[in-house]
Amino acid sequence: MFLTPLQTLIMIGAVALGTMITRFTPFILFPDNKKPPELVTYLGKVLPPAMMGLLVVYCLKDVSLSAAPHGLPEALAILAVLLLQKFKGNVLLSIGGGTVFYMLLVQVIF
Amino acid sequence: MKTRKNKLLYAAKKAFPHTIPVLTGFMVLGIAYGILMETKGYGPIWSVLMSAIAFCGSMQYVAITLLTVAFDPLQALLLSIMVNARHLFYGISMLDKYKGMGKFRFFFIFWLCDETFSVCYSAEPPEDVEPKYFYFAISAMDYMYWVLGTLIGSVMGGLITFNTKGMDFALTALFVVLFYEQIRKKENRISGVIGVLAAVAALCVFGTNLVIPSMILILAALLAGRKRICS
Repeated sequence: MFLTPLQTLIMIGAVALGTMITRFTPFILFPDNKKPPELVTYLGKVLPPAMMGLLVVYCLKDVSLSAAPHGLPEALAILAVLLLQKFKGNVLLSIGGGTVFYMLLVQVIF
Repeated sequence: MKTRKNKLLYAAKKAFPHTIPVLTGFMVLGIAYGILMETKGYGPIWSVLMSAIAFCGSMQYVAITLLTVAFDPLQALLLSIMVNARHLFYGISMLDKYKGMGKFRFFFIFWLCDETFSVCYSAEPPEDVEPKYFYFAISAMDYMYWVLGTLIGSVMGGLITFNTKGMDFALTALFVVLFYEQIRKKENRISGVIGVLAAVAALCVFGTNLVIPSMILILAALLAGRKRICS
């Protein structure tokens, strides 16, 4: 432990406060009893698909395309997930199957 | 007349399958976090406290570094706001779904992370479950997985002998599936493509600090294309 207990506690508080500011701000700015501006309602409707796209890319941000295996395990596993989802349509099967396949790829093959 | 406790238990039963991918990913990453904190000399009290009150996966990993350099809480606060800025957009997206849910709202907001946002936004509550209990169950379970994972990693991380390498891909797969399901709907397609393109562009220019630049690009594109995307 590098910091004192009190300093650690303050650091945890600071991280928590920062996080909570980002979580609570929209709900404080646009409270439940008031109708939010039309622009905000529009954004609330169109943001989710964009954010989920961002999350997919975010999960892959540390994958190197230049170094071996050039993102191949990730590409193959994502393809498997998509194919399972398209043809079987069972979310848990797609995620479970894709994850096991990915583990096989990175532990055994690559 | 069902009691509140019964309603919650029933909702939890119905919600549980939706959280299994999060359970898998959070256990692996939570355990890894507990172990990492332990190696820096921060035992279960500290790692569990951080997970329980900050509950912010990637920022907690960043904060490990901050706990091993000179004491600077202001830097921690600012960095935390920046790393977690994406929550702002989750909040805007959930305003409508979490409307009129009274006391539950506090917990929905407190527990709003990447995974809980994506699952709660995508999953439809079954007809016989009140939406607020359903969302509450998902949010609470996701939160518990993370705190529990941290505790396990911190207390007995060394005992895990089976190779978990690649298991956290469950979260990537979760986002891939939910994203795919979103863009299957025609009206979501443009926005989904904007999200991926913005993130890839930001990744190319800013490297791993892609979140805020991506958010700005997404916002700009969605605002510029408002007329076309709406129709």
